[in-house]
Amino acid sequence: MAQVSLEGIRKVYPNGFQAVQTTSFTIQDGEFVVLVGPSGCGKSTLLRMIAGLEEITEGTLKIGDRVVNDVDPADRDIAMVFQNYALYPHMTVRKNIGYGLKNRGNPASEIAAKVEDAAKMLNLTEYLDRKPAQLSGGQRQRVAMGRAVVRDPALFLFDEPLSNLDAKLRNQMRIEIKALQRRLGTTAVYVTHDQVEAMTMADRIIVLNAGRIEQIGTPSEIYHNPASTFVASFMGAPPMNLIRAQVEQGEVRINGYDGLMPAPASQNGPVTLGIRPEDVVLDDHGNIPFRVDILEELGAHRLLHGVVGEQPFSVMIGKDDAASTGTATLNLKPEALRLFDPETGRKL
Amino acid sequence: MAETTLETPVETHRPRRIKWGAIGDHTVLILGALLMMIPPLLALTTASHDAVTIHREGLQLTLGDNLGKNFHAAMFEKGGFTQTVDGTLMLMNSFILGIGFAVGKIIISMMAAYAIVYFRLRFATLAFWVIFTTLLLPLEVRILPSYEAIQKLGLTNTYTGLIVPLIASATGTFFFRQFFMSVPEELAEAARIDGAGPWKFFVDILVPLSRTMIAAIFIIMFVFGWNQYLWPTLITTDESFFTLVRGIKQIVLSYTDSQIPEHGQALALAIVAMIPPVAIVVFFQNWFVKGLTESDK
Repeated sequence: MAQVSLEGIRKVYPNGFQAVQTTSFTIQDGEFVVLVGPSGCGKSTLLRMIAGLEEITEGTLKIGDRVVNDVDPADRDIAMVFQNYALYPHMTVRKNIGYGLKNRGNPASEIAAKVEDAAKMLNLTEYLDRKPAQLSGGQRQRVAMGRAVVRDPALFLFDEPLSNLDAKLRNQMRIEIKALQRRLGTTAVYVTHDQVEAMTMADRIIVLNAGRIEQIGTPSEIYHNPASTFVASFMGAPPMNLIRAQVEQGEVRINGYDGLMPAPASQNGPVTLGIRPEDVVLDDHGNIPFRVDILEELGAHRLLHGVVGEQPFSVMIGKDDAASTGTATLNLKPEALRLFDPETGRKL
Repeated sequence: MAETTLETPVETHRPRRIKWGAIGDHTVLILGALLMMIPPLLALTTASHDAVTIHREGLQLTLGDNLGKNFHAAMFEKGGFTQTVDGTLMLMNSFILGIGFAVGKIIISMMAAYAIVYFRLRFATLAFWVIFTTLLLPLEVRILPSYEAIQKLGLTNTYTGLIVPLIASATGTFFFRQFFMSVPEELAEAARIDGAGPWKFFVDILVPLSRTMIAAIFIIMFVFGWNQYLWPTLITTDESFFTLVRGIKQIVLSYTDSQIPEHGQALALAIVAMIPPVAIVVFFQNWFVKGLTESDK
C-alpha cells in the first residue's frame, strides 16, 4: 500500500518530442486512478515512467516515502498488467504466476502456496498446469492479473489491460478488476483510452491531452463539470453538445438564433456553450427550434441528431418518448449549461 | 428447433479422371529422387565387393559378399601412415567437429544477437552490419591469415584450432536477431518487473522461446561443420585428428600396404560419413520446419 506522488514530472524523448509536459499530482493510498486520453496523449508514457520502464527526464517520483527515479522496476514494489498480457509462452500458468517470486528468492513451498491462493482468487486453479496458448483471452487476462496479485505489491499498474478482449468480456473483467482492487486495497493506476472504462472504474480520473493534464477529478466531477471543451467532448457518450454562443448583458444568445436565456456568467462576448444531450428537453412550447435529421435507437433511450442554429446538436430522450425527424423545439436546463472560452476551450 | 435430417450424400460413381498434372508432378519427383539416390546406392553396392573386383571392373551394380568385411575393416582396422587411426576415431572426430561447430556457433551468435537487440549499445546497428558483412568473407577468402593466426597460437592439431576459427557466424546472428526482434517488447518488460536481470531473462525466457530456432540452426550448422574439408585439411596434420570427410581420401592412398587401393573400404567409409547428417535431418525435420516458419510467442 502506498501513496504515489509525481512532482514536476516531464518526459522528453531523445528526438526532442515532449511526450509529457510538466505534471504534478498525488495518488492516495488505496486509490484507483485512471489515466484517460486519446492515443498519443502521453498516458502510457506516464504509466511507464511510474513503472520505471521509461526514464524520467525531469521531476521527482515517489512511491510511498521513497524517491524511485533511479530505482530499478524490479525494486519499486510494483506489478504491471500489459495490454497483450506479456505472459511467458513456454511456462505453465503456475510458473508464470510464480516467476516474480522465484526471482526474488522466495522458498519453493511459499511460492507454491501463494500461487495457489492467487489462482483461487482468480478462478484459475484448474488451469495452473496449462500453457498460455491453451487459454482463452479472458483466462490469459486473469493469469496476468494473478502475476500482479501474487507479489502483493504496493502499486498496481494497468496498461490498457482490457482492450484485447471482446465487449462482453471487457465489461465482466472491468468489474472483476475493480472488485479485486477494492478487496486488496492496493493503490492502482490504470491507463485506458476508453472513457467508459475510466468512468466506471475510477475513484479519480486524470484526463490527458497532448502530454498535458486537462482535468483531475472524480467521474462525476469530470462528467458534470468538465474543465475544458476537450474533456467535455472526450468524456461521456454521447459527448456534450458544444455550440457557439454570445453573452450579452448576462444572457446567452445562440448564434443564428435570437432566443435569449439567462446566463450563469457575467462575461460579455463570444463563448462556447456546452450542454449534455440528456439535459435538453423536447418541448412543444420550447424556445429553441431544433431540426431532427437522424433518430438513433439505443435501447434504453433514443438519441436525436440534428441542428440548432446551423450547428450540430444532439438530444437524448427516453425510450418511450415520441420523436420523429423534422422540426421540433426544445428547452435547455439552465443549471446544466456550461460555458467555455471559445479560444482556449477552458471553462469560464 | 427445426428438425433436420442428415442425409448421407448419394455417392456418385463417376469414372475417375486421370489427373495428368499429378502424374507429371510425381514423375518429376520420382526421377529427381532416383537421381539423388543412385550415387549412394552405387557406393553401397560397390562397397560390397573386394578391392580387386572394383579395381578391375569399376563400380558394381549388384551386391557382393564383402559388405560386412569392408565395413569392418573401414571402421576398426588401424591404418594410415602411423597405423593408429581407424574409422571409429575419425567418426568421433567428425562428431566433435560437427557438434562443437554447431553448438559454438549457436552460443556465440545468440549472445551477439542478444546484445544487439536488447541493449542500448551506441553502435548496435553498425556492429550488426559489420557482423553481417563478414558473410562476404568466407573462410576460403581469409584462409591464409586464419591459418597464420592459428599456427602462431600453436593451435594446429588441436580441437580448439579446428573449431574456434569457424565459430563466428553472421548467418546465425542474423537469424537470432530477426527472431529476437519479433519477440514482444512487453515480455522483456514483464520480466524486468518480475525481477529477472539480463542473464535470467536470456536463460529463462529467450533461450526456451528460441528452442525451435536453435534446433533449426543446429541442423544447418552441424551438417555444415560435418562437411568441412578445407580447414581440417590445413589445420590437422596429425592423423589422430582426421575427420571422416578428409579421412576417406587418405584410405584410398595409404590405408593398406597392397598396391590396389581399397576402394571398397573408402566407399564404406563414405556411407558412414553420410549417415549422421541424414539422420539428424530426418529426426529433427519437424523442429527444423517449425524453427524456420513459426514461433510460439
